[in-house]
Amino acid sequence: MSNEIELIKDPGLPAHVHRSTDTDPKAAARAERQVAILFGLSALGTITLIYSYIFIKDDVFVFIPILGQTHLQQLGIGLGMALALFCIGAGLIHWAKTLMPDEEVIAQRHEFRSEDEDRSEFIKTVKEGASAAGLGRRPLIKTTLGAALGLSALSPILLLRDLGPLPKDDLSKTSWKAGTRLVTDPGDRPLRPEDLEVGAVAQTLPEIEAGAHRSLADIGKDAVLLIRLRPEEFNLDAERLSWTHEGIIAFSKICSHMGCAVALYEQQTKHLLCPCHQSTFDVTRAAKVIFGPSARPLPQLAITVDADGYLVAQAPFTEPVGPSFWERSS
Amino acid sequence: MTARERIAGNVAGYVDDRTGAAKWMKKNLTKVFPDHWSFLLGEICLYSFVILLLSGTFLTFWFDPSMREVVYEGSYEPLKGLEMSAAYASTLDISFEVRGGLLMRQIHHWAALIFMVGIVVHLMRVYFTGAFRKPREFNWIIGVGLLTLGIVEGFLGYSLPDDLLSGTGIRIAEAIIQALPLVGSYLAFFAFDGAFPGTAFIPRIYTVHVLLLPGIFLALITVHLMLVWYQKHTQFPGPGRTEKNVVGYPLMPVYMAKAGGFFFIVFGVTAFLGAVASINPIWLYGPYTPGQVSAGSQPDWYMGWLDGLVRMAPPIETHALGHTISWNILIPGLILPGIMFTGLALYPFIESWATGDKREHHLLDRPRNTPNRTAIGVMALTFTLVSLINGGNDIIATTFHLTINQMMWFSRIAIIVLPPIAFIITKRLCLSLQRADRDLVLHGRETGRLVRMPSGEFVEVHEPISAEKAWLLTSHEQLAPLELPEHDASGVRRAGLIKNKIRNRVSRAAAVAVPKATETERRELEGHH
Repeated sequence: MSNEIELIKDPGLPAHVHRSTDTDPKAAARAERQVAILFGLSALGTITLIYSYIFIKDDVFVFIPILGQTHLQQLGIGLGMALALFCIGAGLIHWAKTLMPDEEVIAQRHEFRSEDEDRSEFIKTVKEGASAAGLGRRPLIKTTLGAALGLSALSPILLLRDLGPLPKDDLSKTSWKAGTRLVTDPGDRPLRPEDLEVGAVAQTLPEIEAGAHRSLADIGKDAVLLIRLRPEEFNLDAERLSWTHEGIIAFSKICSHMGCAVALYEQQTKHLLCPCHQSTFDVTRAAKVIFGPSARPLPQLAITVDADGYLVAQAPFTEPVGPSFWERSS
Repeated sequence: MTARERIAGNVAGYVDDRTGAAKWMKKNLTKVFPDHWSFLLGEICLYSFVILLLSGTFLTFWFDPSMREVVYEGSYEPLKGLEMSAAYASTLDISFEVRGGLLMRQIHHWAALIFMVGIVVHLMRVYFTGAFRKPREFNWIIGVGLLTLGIVEGFLGYSLPDDLLSGTGIRIAEAIIQALPLVGSYLAFFAFDGAFPGTAFIPRIYTVHVLLLPGIFLALITVHLMLVWYQKHTQFPGPGRTEKNVVGYPLMPVYMAKAGGFFFIVFGVTAFLGAVASINPIWLYGPYTPGQVSAGSQPDWYMGWLDGLVRMAPPIETHALGHTISWNILIPGLILPGIMFTGLALYPFIESWATGDKREHHLLDRPRNTPNRTAIGVMALTFTLVSLINGGNDIIATTFHLTINQMMWFSRIAIIVLPPIAFIITKRLCLSLQRADRDLVLHGRETGRLVRMPSGEFVEVHEPISAEKAWLLTSHEQLAPLELPEHDASGVRRAGLIKNKIRNRVSRAAAVAVPKATETERRELEGHH
């Protein structure tokens, strides 16, 4: 035994130390008063709440350091409620900590594993039950039950089918057609090239009939950003250059990454930045992705002017706008 | 017997006559709960859930979950006359026309943030102390389920007001659905009843947010608590505490008062935050339209890591055979989170497989005594933290005058480099702390008192530590590594044996430890002095 390693021993639960409230009646009375004061403060909080709700006018704002201009009624109701609730809690806990018993108690745990006898009987019951049902001996029942259960799971899926229409080619199409005028958003005013100075940006949508309703789904596909540069600043091939008009270039405003509006244009660098995930597109190179997670340039809309001198689309978008999807071919 | 005691007795008798609950109640009213501040973390989650139910019910009385277009006529001047959805307009009405409405909205939102913080910190406590070990694996899995559902529930909740910021979030969620191979565009069209955004999703997510998910939450939380109750709470090691007992205070009256009081404190603090700390001021964002966005768009923090992963993803898409696969969305948006949450849920089983430990555990581990587990945890946290930081890369860049590119490249590199470094440093730190513990037990506490020996040498006086402290520092088990056969009798390797080799490797890594101090060593040292 002598060469066996001896471990340090458990000294057992430390002796209980009495609190002052256990031994000194004065301290106990003091603690009782403190608890009562906390409950009293809580009542004060509720009164503040009621007063603020009824008597503080709805249009009163006060300046409070750090918070700034603050709606007084809202603040009064909130602070009253906070005080009312917090003090009930503080009172209860103070009571428990100072006046309720604080002697630690030991309870025994039971092992979760049942007695061997119960356990083996349980296992036997399960086995007997399983064999009484005879699933193993009757493969026909097993197979057909499995198939029936599997098939029945299809019905909830099927019943959800009418949640929405099939996509068809909806994701690939926009409202832009050859000759559609570009109108400002908001305002719905058609634009002439001279309305845009060099360096300017405009958000546009396809023109619709007066009084017609424009759905958000349409805006989500049709939003187009116009940017005017000096024509010599472009670095485009001949075809893409022919899609611009007097230095005005048009891109889909819907990000090719996840569909946010590509709303930030940096005039100095001529970069478009999507504020959601920071995909950055170079306007001079047909919105080529120069940074960030997007894998495709923003689709470019070919534009020109019509007989009245207004900017129009030369043709529809040549590719789907917005984020990628499985059926997209490029 | 005082009159009051007699009344209490009558009430108990009345209940028992009608339910026969005396036996069960007698046992459970005196149920012992161990005391530790970290055991309050789960309680915070429970209470904030109750606050969410109460404040949420209040909000439903005025909120109109509809995307019908209305013209705003309320008292907030800047938006007057604007077309918007009924959902957004009614949220403005709750904020400006209903007394205490804005307060309730802010309480609801703050409670959601506290709920999620509570879950994450509670999960960290359970993980780092090994409370998930047998027999508590079920509760671990339920907890991971609650975390996942909490993220979804929070996201749906802040999407309901249909403001410009939340609509942008929904747009991103739609893009993730749309990116799924084969079924993506179909699922997106079913979910939104046509092209995004359509007019269906607010009423739909409303039902999910106020009925379906809260129902599942209630069921899971009930099971979670019943298991805690039935299995009894774990406790930290210490004098008098063993695997076979629970040392603490009885439910009635101490824990009833403490837990009940703590509910009011959590509610009070949430109400205070709702009163003074503005959150999600939707009137500043304006109604949602897909053609606009506000700069600095940020999700709530529990979604931030996901957004951060999406932001740092490399721009990769595959176009082949007329189809597109967006790896830049699928990897950060679905595959990585899938791996993270599956790994989290399976961790108890992985650890028990690696260490071969299949016993019940009710005493918690001090994190330093399980260096491998602690290091894996810190590694995972580092990964998540880097993604979370990148989720705010635009805000950080503008605040600290960096470029967005610098931030993004920092995150892209850090997410690969930092987690392994965190693992190594944590493991070393744990071992150093073990060494310090050993030192403390064997040589005692440094008193800072210098004594000059007759020989002229200066030594510092060490004081022996208390028996309680010595027990605390040495009561943990140190598992020996598994030694499974790697070759069969004829020296040939087989598939099952290669698995053994991996297990041996992992278990050796898990068993690295500084040998704890023993009584024998102490005595030997005393002999030397």
